[in-house]
Amino acid sequence: MTELTGTVTLTRLVLRRDRVRILLWLLAVPVLVLVTAASIKGLYPTQHDLDVAAEASRGNAAAIAFNGPPLALDTMGGEVAFQVGTLGLVVVALMSVFMTGRNTRGEEEAGRGDALRALPVGRHANATATLLVVTGMNVAVGAAVALGLIAMDLPARGSLVFGTAFCLLGLLFAGFTLVAAQISENTRVVHGGTGAVLGAAFVLRAVGDIGDGTLSWFSPIGLVQKSRPFAGERWWPLLLAAVGAAAAVAVAHALSDRRDVGAGLVAPRPGPPRAAPGLGRPLGLAVRLQRGSLIGWGSAVFLTGLAYGWVAADVEDFIGDNDTMADILARYGATDLTDSYLAQSLLLVALIGTGFAVQSALRPLGEEGALRAEPLLATPVSRARWMASHLAVALAGSVVVLALAGLGAGIAYGSTGGGWSQIPRLTGAALAYAPALWLLAGLATALFGLVPRATAAAWAVLAACAVIGLLGEVLGLPSWVRDLSPFEHVPHLPAGDPTVAAPLLLALLAALLTAAGVAGFRRRDVG
Amino acid sequence: MSTVSAPRRNSPTSRGDAAASVSGLTKTFGRTRALDGLDLIVAEGEVHGFLGPNGAGKTTTIRVLLGLLRADFGEVRLLGGDPWRDAVALHRRLAYVPGDVSLWPKLTGGEIIDVYARLRGDLDPVRRDALLERFELDPTKKARTYSKGNRQKVGLVAALTSRAELLLLDEPTSGLDPLMESVFQECIREVKAEGRTVLLSSHILAEVEALCDRVSIIRAGRTVESGTLTELRHLTRTSIDVETVRAPEGLAALPGVHDLRVDDHRARFDVDSDRLDHVVRLLADFGIRSLTSRPPTLEELFLRHYGDETAALEGS
Repeated sequence: MTELTGTVTLTRLVLRRDRVRILLWLLAVPVLVLVTAASIKGLYPTQHDLDVAAEASRGNAAAIAFNGPPLALDTMGGEVAFQVGTLGLVVVALMSVFMTGRNTRGEEEAGRGDALRALPVGRHANATATLLVVTGMNVAVGAAVALGLIAMDLPARGSLVFGTAFCLLGLLFAGFTLVAAQISENTRVVHGGTGAVLGAAFVLRAVGDIGDGTLSWFSPIGLVQKSRPFAGERWWPLLLAAVGAAAAVAVAHALSDRRDVGAGLVAPRPGPPRAAPGLGRPLGLAVRLQRGSLIGWGSAVFLTGLAYGWVAADVEDFIGDNDTMADILARYGATDLTDSYLAQSLLLVALIGTGFAVQSALRPLGEEGALRAEPLLATPVSRARWMASHLAVALAGSVVVLALAGLGAGIAYGSTGGGWSQIPRLTGAALAYAPALWLLAGLATALFGLVPRATAAAWAVLAACAVIGLLGEVLGLPSWVRDLSPFEHVPHLPAGDPTVAAPLLLALLAALLTAAGVAGFRRRDVG
Repeated sequence: MSTVSAPRRNSPTSRGDAAASVSGLTKTFGRTRALDGLDLIVAEGEVHGFLGPNGAGKTTTIRVLLGLLRADFGEVRLLGGDPWRDAVALHRRLAYVPGDVSLWPKLTGGEIIDVYARLRGDLDPVRRDALLERFELDPTKKARTYSKGNRQKVGLVAALTSRAELLLLDEPTSGLDPLMESVFQECIREVKAEGRTVLLSSHILAEVEALCDRVSIIRAGRTVESGTLTELRHLTRTSIDVETVRAPEGLAALPGVHDLRVDDHRARFDVDSDRLDHVVRLLADFGIRSLTSRPPTLEELFLRHYGDETAALEGS
């Protein structure tokens, strides 16, 4: 087993290097699930409350598209699995993707792979060490979720299946990431590719769950949910997931034997010997550098919009003559079920699109960290102009991403019965989120210019906005907390009323933050 | 014994035509003092060597000159302007090569060279292609696939295509093979012949000796020596280990001989480079059996010349 020599030491290295990150993930995932479970208990204190909620959700295609299969919703366990199951699974998958990617391809791309492999360290030692740590994390998350739910008096069997589903989905995505890490030599492509698989898994199960459930079998998320926690559990879908994870690791193992250290399986091709004319200006360069990221995020939201738009036509049929649902709708002031579903869909794609806005606004930080800002700023390009070039891509790119999301939803809904007027209508509705995206981009810019060490806070704020937007009601967050999220102040079109004042204020705030960031960067040391 | 004193400036402090002048420059990062009252004068049209061990503050100084870092204290002038305030205007007139050239992995070397030249506004395709040929660099390769030396070549070609009046080079040849090192030296001589100015930071003494008119040596954020190369040569000593047929005598009395240890027929000592000739002639009279000479490393020079000063600094 010389292929694994050094695994123990490398495992300790990964644990040491990522100890804060590991701790944060291990806290975040169980806390998200358990706090939601606790608040559901508070929200529905009696069986009658549960029954009413169950009746409402069963008739709500939108809720199913976002939350998952409606199973045993009249029980506390079923309600917990419904409300936070899918979101929790997505988060645990992201945990595995990032942890695996950074410790395998990330290390290799940074050039540390060579130095490591020059030591008496086996070929597969680093991948194995990473897998050990990620497996440990997934087991810990699964155990914490299961034990936490048991401690809340939920059925033990269901809690265990629920926790195991978390653990196995995480392992599946660790396996997928490991495969991607063998194919591409670029860590960002590894994360993007596996993220696309996760997005596809989410959308596939949404479509499947609204339909007869067949499609959900082909989604990793749908597959582990077929274990039906709290609703007549069955273990064998989880066994399938475990086999899938093992198969992915075996494929990665075989692929890694066929490639060189530092290289991918796709050989780099030669490129142009001369730069295109546009590259000679800061804006042209920024567009070229961020092109790939914009295409990636743009296709992700376009496809998500397409999938959610496709389901929209079924929403009315789905509700049928469900009186409870109509009551609930009336209580929330919504008049049109389809529109409220579309508004919820657009909120989700806008939140995804904000990932682009934050990443793009933080691109200058990446350039500075990689020591590429320094020689560029030694040319006659001012700091303000350099930042402005990347900001232009972030702000205009946010608009492009939103338009693509709305376009996807509009095309799909329009072609399945909504009428072609849905295309401009939903595109416009998606664009209403632009000020919220700009605000997050502005926040990232302000952090970059004023406190570059704290830029991760921009991602934390985005995560908080997602929790408020997707779980705000279930968690019973006080309204002042929810009002902190800019996404709460955007008119939720096409359901809500178009307003101008709040978005204008958001845009103004975004401009102020951006200006503060640029001013800060002009004053501070570079590098 | 050559005299070593506090920064010696026989340079044109008062002349207005210095390409760069720095005096009393101090820069701290948190609790670390990177520059501690540094002085530097680079005269127009000269190739100025900027020497010092790792961590001495060479890169920090160059980054202050580029307006990337703000000076805490001291006066800094570059091409007649203030590097922080007039950064953009000054950068039209200079080209820079960092010691560790970092490139956009997805762009080709050729694209990157063009990007820099166009941003500076002085793209000259003929010069560019000539340099690509001289440095044997393939411009169609993605930057991701370049080796350390090839990345450095991209940075060098990008800077050398320019006709900027000042080149700021921060250990530009790290990772270059000897063949390319000589191409680099040729290029710098051409730049000098055109009357342009070069500030060359390095810790490769041979490179500095081959190229530089004047040299500033810094240590721990301070200038410890500054002068022409001839003056520096006085500081350079060669270590000699010689075995002779007859026991050597009279070495101790020769000027320029240091740290002499005679052990029967064998002598070990250091000698000032300009005295080497005399010493070897004397030794020949005793019948040389074997002789090895070794030029001192820069680090040895520092330890020899500034050991006392460092000890005093650390003691205080």
